[in-house]
Amino acid sequence: MSTRPPVVRVEKLTKIYTVGEQKVLALDQIDLTLEAGEFVAVMGPSGSGKSTLMHLVGFLDRPTAGTYLFEGTNVNDFSSDDLADLRCQHLGFVFQSYNLLSRTNAIENVELPMIYAGVPEGERKKRALEALDAVGLTAVADHQPNQLSGGQQQRVAIARALVNDPSLILADEPTGALDTKSSDDVMRLFRELNEQRGITVFLVTHEPDVARNAKRIVTFRDGHIVSDEPVGQAVIR
Amino acid sequence: MNVLAIFKVAGRALFRNKVRSLLTMLGIIIGVAAVIVTVSIGVGAQQSVSAQINGLGSNLLIILPGSVTQGGARTGSGGASTLTPADGLALAKLPHVAAVSPQVNARAQVIANGSNWATSISGVAPSYTFIRTWPLSSGLFFSDTDIAASAKVCVLGQTVVDNLWPDGSSPVGKTLLIRNVPFTIIGVLKARGQSATGQDQDDTVLIPFSSALERLTGGTTIGTLLVSADDTSTIALVQSEVTQLLEQRHRITASQPDDFTVRNLQDIANAASATAAVMEYLLAGVAAVSLVVGGIGIMNIMLVSVTERTREIGLRIAVGARSLTILMQFLIEAVLLSSAGGAIGIALGALGSIGVAVFGGWPMVIPPAAVFVAFAFSALTGIFFGYYPASQAAKMNPIEALRFE
Ligand SMILES: Nc1ncnc2c1ncn2[C@@H]1O[C@H](COP(=O)(O)OP(=O)(O)OP(=O)(O)O)[C@@H](O)[C@H]1O
Ligand SMILES: [Mg+2]
Repeated sequence: MSTRPPVVRVEKLTKIYTVGEQKVLALDQIDLTLEAGEFVAVMGPSGSGKSTLMHLVGFLDRPTAGTYLFEGTNVNDFSSDDLADLRCQHLGFVFQSYNLLSRTNAIENVELPMIYAGVPEGERKKRALEALDAVGLTAVADHQPNQLSGGQQQRVAIARALVNDPSLILADEPTGALDTKSSDDVMRLFRELNEQRGITVFLVTHEPDVARNAKRIVTFRDGHIVSDEPVGQAVIR
Repeated sequence: MNVLAIFKVAGRALFRNKVRSLLTMLGIIIGVAAVIVTVSIGVGAQQSVSAQINGLGSNLLIILPGSVTQGGARTGSGGASTLTPADGLALAKLPHVAAVSPQVNARAQVIANGSNWATSISGVAPSYTFIRTWPLSSGLFFSDTDIAASAKVCVLGQTVVDNLWPDGSSPVGKTLLIRNVPFTIIGVLKARGQSATGQDQDDTVLIPFSSALERLTGGTTIGTLLVSADDTSTIALVQSEVTQLLEQRHRITASQPDDFTVRNLQDIANAASATAAVMEYLLAGVAAVSLVVGGIGIMNIMLVSVTERTREIGLRIAVGARSLTILMQFLIEAVLLSSAGGAIGIALGALGSIGVAVFGGWPMVIPPAAVFVAFAFSALTGIFFGYYPASQAAKMNPIEALRFE
């Protein structure tokens, strides 16, 4: 039906960290495909390589070996400027610790990725307000991070992630610092973005309740994928 | 993304930290302000000195009797009485000599209008007003006829007038007693103010030099000869001609020391500007040191700022900033700091210069070149000292940066 290439396709992706004499095999020949419009949660014990995979998929780091096709294009040989442009145009990041600029209001925080995308100033403000509206924060658009709750801050971060209309949002433990209520709000947002806008969401979490919002769950152990199943069938531990 | 957008990002980052930005600029502000004030003092003082030197007379040579040895003790310059009015007449015939005037000095008590005043009396020739470029404010100057007749006429300086006629009435036509000899006042000199050495030039009475010799000093030799060359370019030539002629007239052989001294005001002026040039090198050195110190201050704070904003930098890279863009942002921050510091420093320096000029009583001069150079150097300081911190920021690994505590 769809002729669109998968958003992410990695083959034999390997990452080895070298610390002094020691080599750490963080990812061991991973094969994984994320089709456009999927909502995939990654689970697994601490140190199993989840964040490492996020960084590689998000062009923040380069693999030791293996290939990475992003929307059908091999990006192995891309320069760091090309990768910066890909991050800018096609990706949105959500972090566990929000990473909002302090002493900078929500609108300006959301505008940040658009500055690097070269969006003119007037349009930036308009689109930032739209994004804040989409995450339900119109009322606090001019508040600074220290005037917002954790859940609100994470929603500002989500607005920032979606403002350049990305094809893929990467979220590493986005609810790790939130209470259950805020966590539910944030996950509802991710579902909406996935279902209504068709944005592919790739999310790491330790919490089964959070993972259940996804449509597919990939489980890691020691740099390997040990299971990869639709959410209905996944045995969530 | 364009450079203007980076400028705005950099400006906003600085604005977010107003106090720190101001403190960072402080080194540059103080350095540049100090440079502007000192340059202004230097130029202002130099201008007022050269104005005063020029005010002494046009293309002036001053001839003083030399020292003589009497019983083994040498008198100072001017101690000998070797110059005569005849020397002056001979010098006046030299080519390129525009005018010559003897000057016979004496101090005396003068009386007029019912009060008295101690002042300096100078016996001079009519050419004196030309040589000293010193016009009259009222009346007439004495003529060659007055010289020939040793006439009892005088011209007063403004200070003498002010002290003897405090009511402001005109003294022209009245009588002035100099050592009880009545002189008719025929003119008043324009007020001239202080000399380069701080003396009140207006505290004087001018009379024909012949009258001074006859009635005050009672001799035949004169204290000083003033010679005016016809052009600035001929001053040196006139100086050597004057020296030759006087040696000849005084029968001085090559082995003997001259019994006179010829002083060239141009030499004094040149010495003054040489001193000013040394001052300027000194100031340039001070400027360089203060800008380097200011620049190191900027580098220091920028390094702290880059470390503090590690997560911010990581985030900017994650959302798609290229490393060159990050480099530019921090470099522009440094340059904005240093050039804003430079601009504020120039403004403060200008204010300081006005204050000092008012205090020192000379014209306020700030050479545009100094302003331009100070500004350009402070901007360059930002580039030079901002580059290292900026490159540290641009080199950051986004993953580690985002994890930074
Ligand atoms: N920069 C690094 N240098 C060296 N080793 C690293 C580095 N980053 C990660 N590792 C190692 O790679 C392995 C995988 O780490 P990773 O952060 O991907 O785990 P994770 O699954 O995200 O764990 P957690 O659930 O605790 O976040 C771990 O053994 C970790 O120690
Ligand atoms: Mg992790």
